[in-house]
Amino acid sequence: MGLALVLALIVAPEDADQGISQRIFYIHVPIALTAYFCFGLGAIKALLLLWRGEERYDLESYVAIHQGTIFGALTLITGSIWARASWGVWWTWSSNQLVLFLVLFLFYCAYFMLRFSLEDGPRRARSSAVYALFGVALIPVSFLAIRLASDFIHPTVFTRDGPQMSGSMFATFLVCWGAVTFLAYVLYRVELAGKRLDADLRELREVLQ
Amino acid sequence: MSWSQEQLVAAAYGVVFFFVLVYVAIIAAKLVRLQRETAELVELARRKAGGAS
Repeated sequence: MGLALVLALIVAPEDADQGISQRIFYIHVPIALTAYFCFGLGAIKALLLLWRGEERYDLESYVAIHQGTIFGALTLITGSIWARASWGVWWTWSSNQLVLFLVLFLFYCAYFMLRFSLEDGPRRARSSAVYALFGVALIPVSFLAIRLASDFIHPTVFTRDGPQMSGSMFATFLVCWGAVTFLAYVLYRVELAGKRLDADLRELREVLQ
Repeated sequence: MSWSQEQLVAAAYGVVFFFVLVYVAIIAAKLVRLQRETAELVELARRKAGGAS
């Protein structure tokens, strides 16, 4: 993370068009990609739960979606700051990319409402899994919205011709993406371990009392 | 309120840092609670084992 910060804030050359505000790209895009990845992982775990019926996938799906929601919130906040720097507004409803990501984020926020409105057990696990699978359909729509949109307000950096940036900028982006992915992986493992330990201790307490 | 480009870049990175910090603090608080619960259960298990012998 330290190397990524140094590269993003000091080493990477300043963008000729956007100036210093382009440096938000190195944190905003990796966080957005990580959010998509976490939501996708949550859906895969949900599918495995429905397919194999193993209880552990419910917790793994929940933790992945929780991580995705945190990174999703960060995507919206950093994107809003970048919008203020580039477009002069904190938010614009005319950009499909922004609105679709907000829809995706709110959809997964509702996942927690559904989950915590049901009693713990197989029914809650199955209902949550089905909901998580529905949400995954929004990911490609949100991701491709920028290419389908006609407003062109949101910049397109990765095209069929490759990344539209210099080699050092692309290398900085890759390091930042790796760092954010690694951070998400560590947070995922720690949260999952904590929740499993919590469940084990609850079970142990019931046995001992 | 007008924000300079530098302030906005600092705000974007600062928000991410703040979120991660809060997340780590929540996890740390949870670990402290789990540590306390584990100690309580060990004590309970010892008492039970003592009572059984």
